[in-house]
Amino acid sequence: MSGVEYLSPGSVAEAVRALQVDGARVMAGGTDLLVQMRIGRTKPKLVVDLKRIPGIAGIREEDGAFIIGAAASGAALGEHEALRKAWPGIVEAANLIGSTQIQGRASLGGNLCNASPAADSVPALIAAGATCVIVGPNGEREVPVEAIQVGPGKTTLANGEVLLAFRLPKRAAHTGDAYLRLIPRTEMDIAVVGAGVCVTLDASGKCIAARVSVGAVAPTALLVEAAGAALVGSSLDDAALTNLEAAVAAAARPISDKRGTAEYRTKVAAVLARRAALIARDRAQKDGAKA
Amino acid sequence: MSRTVVNAVVNGEPVEFLAGGGQSLLDALRDELRLTGSKEGCGTGDCGACSVIVDGRLVCACLMLAPEAEGKRIETIEGLADNGHLHPLQHQFLEHAALQCGFCTPGLLMASKALLDRNPDPTETEVRYWLAGNICRCTGYDKVVRAVMDAAADLRQEGKSK
Ligand SMILES: Cc1cc2nc3c(=O)[nH]c(=O)nc-3n(C[C@H](O)[C@H](O)[C@H](O)COP(=O)(O)OP(=O)(O)OC[C@H]3O[C@@H](n4cnc5c(N)ncnc54)[C@H](O)[C@@H]3O)c2cc1C
Ligand code: FES
Ligand code: FES
Repeated sequence: MSGVEYLSPGSVAEAVRALQVDGARVMAGGTDLLVQMRIGRTKPKLVVDLKRIPGIAGIREEDGAFIIGAAASGAALGEHEALRKAWPGIVEAANLIGSTQIQGRASLGGNLCNASPAADSVPALIAAGATCVIVGPNGEREVPVEAIQVGPGKTTLANGEVLLAFRLPKRAAHTGDAYLRLIPRTEMDIAVVGAGVCVTLDASGKCIAARVSVGAVAPTALLVEAAGAALVGSSLDDAALTNLEAAVAAAARPISDKRGTAEYRTKVAAVLARRAALIARDRAQKDGAKA
Repeated sequence: MSRTVVNAVVNGEPVEFLAGGGQSLLDALRDELRLTGSKEGCGTGDCGACSVIVDGRLVCACLMLAPEAEGKRIETIEGLADNGHLHPLQHQFLEHAALQCGFCTPGLLMASKALLDRNPDPTETEVRYWLAGNICRCTGYDKVVRAVMDAAADLRQEGKSK
């Protein structure tokens, strides 16, 4: 990895300017980028390390809505009590990434922008309805998480654009989220399938809003609107969950590889989505405090 | 290739070294600072042999760039023993024969130290999950886990008698 320049700008403007250089690449935790440089898949001329930009590695609450800095590490998310309480699904998804060592560095921004179809935090962020605050040479814009990935390694970020933060919606009362993934072992593997679900119930326990997202069953994480719709109006009874499973299976278009066949992945995606929905519901029921 | 001056604190000592932009912290520790205790097993974050503690966080030194170390506090295996007095973890690794070739050992010790620094009384399950990113090809993990549990007990005892 010789011949690479390193820069750690102290402001967003400086970072955006630095990224105008041909061959410049953003780095957050580097757990994807440095591996790719190491194996020669990418050869940047300049690495722009975001972590000295004030706030970019932090987590804050504004008006009851969380803003997670794009470069905040998985470990920092896991240690944030209030975030863990409000969005357990996002935090459990982030904390599944790699080992303790990887957790010390890996960020949600890197997980999304690396654009792996199996990125663990992405279905959880999509289910939660998170948006991305992006800044570039033409100013700032905000788009839903599901608008970022277009295929393996490809995003809708323009040259020179930086993802600054994830903005989570202000959480409605009786809301719960959950993320589940299947891997052949307990740690250190890539998802065969991942599923994130977020549900909101009314006072009687009826579902009034639901979002379902699955990973590793298509070139990008998928927002399965029909699966969310299958839950709305129900008490997440068996009939509604069967409809959710059918919607997920219909949306999945996985490949077969050493981790599993397309048929297996499709089946597992439906099962995981059902189980995640039930965990999200239980959490929503317990979430009586906030009105 | 341009090199930048990096100032950091390594094992409590201020150090200054020259780093290449694409050089890993692991290479800088080994080649510039001659601290060869941290090992490179894979270079891609999978094995944990390069584990060091940076500002209190366990990381893979192979997946951090050397210039990122500017202003940071870094702990490596060379700083674990106190003036030739072995750390309880090192002592228990010897007691349990928790190593064979020893290549994974510096990483396992630093990872275990990071655990005990924040959780002095971990369960066996917590130890096993915490160390999942440290791969050993010879010894297996059982002796390692028992050594960490016993070292944790030693440290708690030490804390009480102080
Ligand atoms: C041993 C190991 C195990 C792993 N296990 C898992 C796992 O279980 N699940 C999983 O999902 N992933 C896993 N990963 C992959 C990786 O750790 C994650 O994708 C991680 O979240 C990446 O974050 P990062 O901050 O390190 O990204 P970086 O490597 O810094 O960046 C990744 C990519 O995103 C771009 N980028 C980063 N931040 C921004 C930003 N703010 N704006 C614009 N572009 C940006 C970079 O240019 C680069 O292309 C693993 C990696 C390793 C080495
Ligand atoms: S050498 Fe760093 S994790 Fe293997
Ligand atoms: S003792 Fe040889 S790798 Fe662990």
